[in-house]
Amino acid sequence: MARVRTGVRVVGAVLAAVLGASLAGCSSTGGKRAEERAKAEAQGRPAVSTPRWTFAMVTHAGDGDTFWDIVQKGAKEAAAKDNINFVYAHDDQAQQQAQFVQNAIDQKVDGIIVSLAKPEALKDVVAKAVKAGIPVVTVNSGSAQSAAYGALTHIGQDEQIAGEAVGTELSKRGKKKAVCVLHEQGNVGHEQRCAGAKKTFSGTMENLYVEGTNMPSVQAAVQAKLQADPSIDAILTLGAPFAPTAVKAKDAAGSKAEVDTFDLNESVARDLASGALGFAVDQQPYLQGYEAVDLLWLYRYNANVLGGGRPVLTGPQIVTAAEAAKLEEFIKRGSR
Amino acid sequence: MSTHTGVDERLAPTSTVRKLLGRPELGSVVGAVAVFVFFSIAAPSFLQASSLSTILYSASTIGIMAAPVALLMIGGEFDLSAGVMVTTSALVSSMFSYQMTANVWVGVLVSLLVTLAIGFFNGFMLTRTKLPSFIITLGTFLMLTGLNLGFTKLISGTVSTKTIADMEGFSSARALFASQWTVGSVTLKITILWWLILVAVATWILLRTRAGNWIFAVGGGADAARATGVPVVKTRIGLYMGVALCAWISGQHILFSYDVVQSGEGVGNEFLYIIAAVIGGCLMTGGYGSAIGSAVGAFIFGMTSNGIVYAQWNPDWFKFFLGAMLLLATLLNAWVRKRAEARA
Repeated sequence: MARVRTGVRVVGAVLAAVLGASLAGCSSTGGKRAEERAKAEAQGRPAVSTPRWTFAMVTHAGDGDTFWDIVQKGAKEAAAKDNINFVYAHDDQAQQQAQFVQNAIDQKVDGIIVSLAKPEALKDVVAKAVKAGIPVVTVNSGSAQSAAYGALTHIGQDEQIAGEAVGTELSKRGKKKAVCVLHEQGNVGHEQRCAGAKKTFSGTMENLYVEGTNMPSVQAAVQAKLQADPSIDAILTLGAPFAPTAVKAKDAAGSKAEVDTFDLNESVARDLASGALGFAVDQQPYLQGYEAVDLLWLYRYNANVLGGGRPVLTGPQIVTAAEAAKLEEFIKRGSR
Repeated sequence: MSTHTGVDERLAPTSTVRKLLGRPELGSVVGAVAVFVFFSIAAPSFLQASSLSTILYSASTIGIMAAPVALLMIGGEFDLSAGVMVTTSALVSSMFSYQMTANVWVGVLVSLLVTLAIGFFNGFMLTRTKLPSFIITLGTFLMLTGLNLGFTKLISGTVSTKTIADMEGFSSARALFASQWTVGSVTLKITILWWLILVAVATWILLRTRAGNWIFAVGGGADAARATGVPVVKTRIGLYMGVALCAWISGQHILFSYDVVQSGEGVGNEFLYIIAAVIGGCLMTGGYGSAIGSAVGAFIFGMTSNGIVYAQWNPDWFKFFLGAMLLLATLLNAWVRKRAEARA
């Protein structure tokens, strides 16, 4: 019995200590409170009086993907504004993605947003949605197939064009030998980015495949590449989370190469500002989600269609140290 | 629960109820009913005919593989290469037809041979090296993953295959592997038929043939089985080739329903097949389970994965549900089995 009582006392003391410390040791910057302030500023209340439609978004995102999280955020905020019930589903396997679109059709939703990373796999099911009278907007990937499949509009970035912008920028910076780090074997969009960069880059560029789901192995692979070829002076990563890893690999290998990346996140913004990264290419994922929902709403409300049958581009936008400082607070908020 | 009638109960004929209680899939049937009722309440669009046909299709794509995997697990082995083998089979079929400009059926048959060869390799390596099947098939899984990506890139120049929809034989092959019938608002896919046939065949093999007895014997204890004259090597190789055969069917379905195959897919699906088999009452240690159970397990999987969408929940939770369901189903199975054994 006595032992139990001491146990209780110890637990009580620990709890009191933790509580006390957390009350006494407040941080006046950052943290949850700053996040909530930012959220309160963008509080979502419907700004329209249209009926409550249901829009489903189905993407090829893997689990826990930063980029798609931002797309989703944009879509959700537009949905709040447009009085939309927003449903989201994702799977990186084409078969499962098609299944989710089928689920949305079964539910008789009022609009579907779909990313066509693997267009052929989704061809039939998108046609089915169009036939069922559900308006479809394609997002992020599949600009070439979007109109042919019967979608209203495609909103996203043309990967080839984005890659070409990177190649031009690298040439402008006087780089001679670059390496393009692909973190997802089997991703068509990634191949297009590297191909586009290769096309407009005045130096030579080669591809390096790494295992994106395993950061330590990404670092090891990039490091090995830099050690094997000291003449490399530019590393291009295709996703924001991989840029800091490439910087680490570069430092460990003692290389002088400049690291540049596609997409943004908090640490990329910081590294841009501090000069650890050269530039980033943003395709504004928030805009992709936000506009997709808004375009569907416009179509349902006013039969408006944007783009004149052509893809609506959200990028590429080259972000350098100068712009990074301006974007930092938005990135922190998780909307850039 | 035993009634005292004065007769020695060992001589009493076993009642139908008791026979049912002794079936490995009983626990999963209870689970399936529970999941069905749950989603019927939670998701308004779950009970529509069109939704149920979607669920059946989803279940069939897992179930076609879960049936041979269940047999393999009853035989006491694993196959971690089953998921990517499906992709391999689709890739071989598509690329062979395209590169040789051959009739699509040629590619389909070549793919059958290649896939069966992979299954044979798994079984042969297992029986020859005496290494655990976990290690052997893990090796095959990694090798196939690499081969899928490497070969596709080498041959097609991209990460996915080229379209073969405009080639001879495509439409007849599509009819066999990926056709569908639309009745009103309901679309029934042919994979559901394949699935039912495969489960029926697997059940017949298990319960009505000598090979079925061999499978149970090998899974129960290989040495004892060998001592009683069971061809252990042949049985194991046969089981792996059975998995390969079904991987070929699944692979052709993916190819002919989507026409283009992504080289990086299929990774991770092997666990779904194992989960379906385990939920259906297969033991991890072998020697116990059923093919019907694997079908029920696949159906539970189909209901859950689609039910979460119909209920409009955040899909981030899907994996959590899958894991929780696996644990619950296995506990339920163990409990039912204990009860059944106590009564027998």
